[in-house]
Amino acid sequence: MPAPLSRQLHIAVLYPQLLNLYGDRGNARAIERRCARRGIDTSTTHVEIGDRWSPHDADIILVGGGQDREQRRVESDLQQRADDLRNYVADDGVTLAVCGGFQLFGQHYRGYDGDVMQGIGVFDAVATHPGPQIARCVGNVVALWEGETVVGFENHGGRTYLNEGQQAFADVVSGFGNNGGDGLEGARVRNAFGTYLHGAVLPKNPHLADRLIALALERRYGAASAQLEPIDDLAAVRAHAEALHTALSPTQSRPSPLRRHLA
Amino acid sequence: MALLSSRPSSRAETRDTVESVTRSASLKLIAAIAAGKTVRSAMRALGTGGTALPGLLVERFDPHAAAAIAANLTDTALITGTNGKTTSAAMLARILRADGRRVVHNRAGSNLLRGVTATLVEAASPLGGLPADASAVFEADEAALPSIAQVAPPSVTVFTNLMRDQLDRYGEIESIARRWIDTLPALPANACLALNIDDPLVASLAQHWSGRCLRFGVEDPDIPPAPEGEIMDAVWDPESQADFRYQRRYFAQLGRWYTDGGLQRPQPDIWADQIRLAPAPDPTNFRLHLQDVALHVRLPAEGLYSVYNALAAATAAVAMRVDLSAIRNGLEAHEAAFGRQETLEVDGRRVRILLGKNPSGLNQALRTLQQRGQRHHLLVLLNDGVADGVDVSWIWDVDWESQADHCESLSVGGRRAADMALRLEYAGLPDPQSPLRNEIGAALRQALDRVAPGQELVILPTYTAMLEVRQRLGSLGAAPLWDVA
Repeated sequence: MPAPLSRQLHIAVLYPQLLNLYGDRGNARAIERRCARRGIDTSTTHVEIGDRWSPHDADIILVGGGQDREQRRVESDLQQRADDLRNYVADDGVTLAVCGGFQLFGQHYRGYDGDVMQGIGVFDAVATHPGPQIARCVGNVVALWEGETVVGFENHGGRTYLNEGQQAFADVVSGFGNNGGDGLEGARVRNAFGTYLHGAVLPKNPHLADRLIALALERRYGAASAQLEPIDDLAAVRAHAEALHTALSPTQSRPSPLRRHLA
Repeated sequence: MALLSSRPSSRAETRDTVESVTRSASLKLIAAIAAGKTVRSAMRALGTGGTALPGLLVERFDPHAAAAIAANLTDTALITGTNGKTTSAAMLARILRADGRRVVHNRAGSNLLRGVTATLVEAASPLGGLPADASAVFEADEAALPSIAQVAPPSVTVFTNLMRDQLDRYGEIESIARRWIDTLPALPANACLALNIDDPLVASLAQHWSGRCLRFGVEDPDIPPAPEGEIMDAVWDPESQADFRYQRRYFAQLGRWYTDGGLQRPQPDIWADQIRLAPAPDPTNFRLHLQDVALHVRLPAEGLYSVYNALAAATAAVAMRVDLSAIRNGLEAHEAAFGRQETLEVDGRRVRILLGKNPSGLNQALRTLQQRGQRHHLLVLLNDGVADGVDVSWIWDVDWESQADHCESLSVGGRRAADMALRLEYAGLPDPQSPLRNEIGAALRQALDRVAPGQELVILPTYTAMLEVRQRLGSLGAAPLWDVA
């Protein structure tokens, strides 16, 4: 079956005003741009607290990172959307949840002050902040995802632990990943990806961006429409290589392990 | 101090002098000052302006040395905040000199306690004295403020603004805001706070201070509002949880703000209006209101952020009881601080350096370039050292898209040049030079090659990249152009 003449994807960014701390707006740009270069139309909706919105028409949902206080702020709004979002993921809806967003898409997150925020349980994972006296997980990350490298930067106080049976997104090559202990990075359920990687992660991991696009096209238009023609990726590949080099270079100035941040 | 100019004549006088020395300057202090001065000159001779080592040495010899010297100061201003510390401090130092005072002033980058210590030792006589009527202007790293305030108790402390900057190093904005509040008790009770009330996070410090406050801000209805979608570093009041709303937002979270909970931007004591922004070398014109007096100021610096720096300096000067004419004269004699709107000349080409180390600062620098209405040859330098921020994700929060129509040619460099090139490709800027070079000297040569004699290269570096490119330019024979901002 030939590809339909016009393909269109609806992108939804959840809480961009509150969960935007580390350049995660770059992820929506990556999807938009890589679609545009292949003649795929996109429209992007920003969803803030209280907005009337349903994931029904969405093809790709993106959510970024924020401080504990901002996460707490979106908690109850997100709870009201929990059933819709879980159904969307169960229906193979494509999702990328980064850092604070990843934590809220898990079962719950115990913040630095010990208070528990309810997650929406897309991922069977729990996150715990060990308290303000314990060093945050900060630094460049290299992980292996389906045999390919993904690169990014992590900066999180909370540690995520996957429950039995929950698949990770990737394996840590360098960096902390979910908790600095089990060598796992992120989580994956069907077409939903959770990760701690900022960077922004999609622009410099074009293979991951393309996978999200392909999965979304397949879901909306069928497998035959999910073929993505190659595009000139010099700038993205160069940035990917530079990030690999930075993370793996023994001379990299690593952030001091003595840091003590409050949150 | 009398003992510095004493000339031993009689035996009795000599004995008195010796006693004064032992009373006011212990041998430990004298040794500390000698060690600090010697190392500092040796480092100067080696071509480094570093102050950490001399400061450390002085602390080793006599931990009270800096405080003993600072006790001779007439007035001390501490300037802290995310952006504008260095330029505000340079403006204030110039105002104080215009007022006829001797000024002790730490240079850019020496804004930790050791830098302040080294600056004090360098200014002091071998016995720890300072010239009569000496005033100090110290820019203070946000985290170092309490320790610096203990050594050099301020008569005025300026808070410029609180923006997201090096989140991997300083932590999240809210923890910095909390730390600032915790810092206030370390200040002397008779100190004055100079607060930028257009930044709601700074304005709220007044609630935690029972002493004197001088508030400064912009009161101009014609300032163009911030573009929709530009990053805001604070969205709501951490204490009341109410969202910040704006009658008008200038940039980041600065503007005429209020909350539904009844908080609002207070009235300023010192303010600017009738602001006329203009591209360099034309000055920025504005009216400076110092309570009931208004002065017309022609400030040789660009952009609204320069007006905020001038307001910060003028407010500190008022707290230090400086003559009003000296405030205007000092501001109008402003010269760019190292790497901040600095203009140099190399090989018949003008080179302008605009430091940009966080989203809000860089957005302001870019807007300054856009009001020049020209297309620029750009060299963008991204390093990821500890002083730059090891995390380079923040470049995605900068409004580079607005620069696409103002870029004639693009070169990139620094340790994360490829990351920057990718970001700028997304923003629609022209392709960068080929091949891409991380090494800053090589990138600078490539960039200069694309600029014809008589034209201008604009360099936008992060902090350590600024230091390096400034040094490279020096070795290419670049000379400062003093006649432009």
